[in-house]
Amino acid sequence: MSSLFSQEVPLVLYLLLSAALFALGIVGFLIKRNLITVFMSIELMLNAVNLSFVTFAHQWHQVRGQIFVFFVMMVAAAEAAVGLAIIIAVFRARATLAVDRIDLMKL
Amino acid sequence: MHLILFLLFAGFCLAGAINLLLQSHPINSALSLIVVMTSLAVLYLLLGAEFLAAAQVIVYAGAIMVLFTFVVMLLNAGREERTMGSRTWRAVGFPAVVAIVAVIATVILNTRQMGVAALSDGITTTEDLSRVLFHELLLPFEVTSVLILIAILGAVALARHGHGDSHGNDERSVGE
Repeated sequence: MSSLFSQEVPLVLYLLLSAALFALGIVGFLIKRNLITVFMSIELMLNAVNLSFVTFAHQWHQVRGQIFVFFVMMVAAAEAAVGLAIIIAVFRARATLAVDRIDLMKL
Repeated sequence: MHLILFLLFAGFCLAGAINLLLQSHPINSALSLIVVMTSLAVLYLLLGAEFLAAAQVIVYAGAIMVLFTFVVMLLNAGREERTMGSRTWRAVGFPAVVAIVAVIATVILNTRQMGVAALSDGITTTEDLSRVLFHELLLPFEVTSVLILIAILGAVALARHGHGDSHGNDERSVGE
């Protein structure tokens, strides 16, 4: 990293970016009070992990890491569909999206 | 050039993620998340994963985030209420997050074996990817299709069972 126009970027920077995004996802999961935004923070954490998978795939010249990201994307798509359906069902039953008001298992 | 692109789009990623936390309206958070995901697609491309970059844009920034914005608009989600949670958890939670980041960063920075990424590195083509996926990992791939099918059926089943106060299930709303 001698000059700004260097041709190479250390992979450690990618891993640090991944860790930072993951931490922001955790913080969002903890401080956001809207059910949908909490769900978005989970997606952010999944994306952060995907970035480190791709980085390690590049480091070890393995295709498996990228295939794992592919599977994570598929599972995330399924999770988003089911999770948002659950959010719609909760909203119909409670008429609120605030996580503080949704504190009972029973509808 | 690689470094400039990396810094630019890593900055977009971090700015989008921080904006997601700061916005109080869910639709603004959703749009910030789209910025994060699109920037991540560029970073995948810098790392030579061309198929994943396309899939990131199509699946994440396209399909999943459209679903999110659709639900935000459908439920008319307004400004979130700021409830100040218990102070003890606030006092415990943030140092815990900082500690997690510190541990991860220490482990990463102590790793001496990590190499560098350059634009001249080879690109993992879709052919390389599909060769492994369809030869060695065919069974997990097919199981994934079953998972998607189950998710579709589950989403439909969950979203249909309202309490009669919503449009879409007329035969039950008559009884109430």
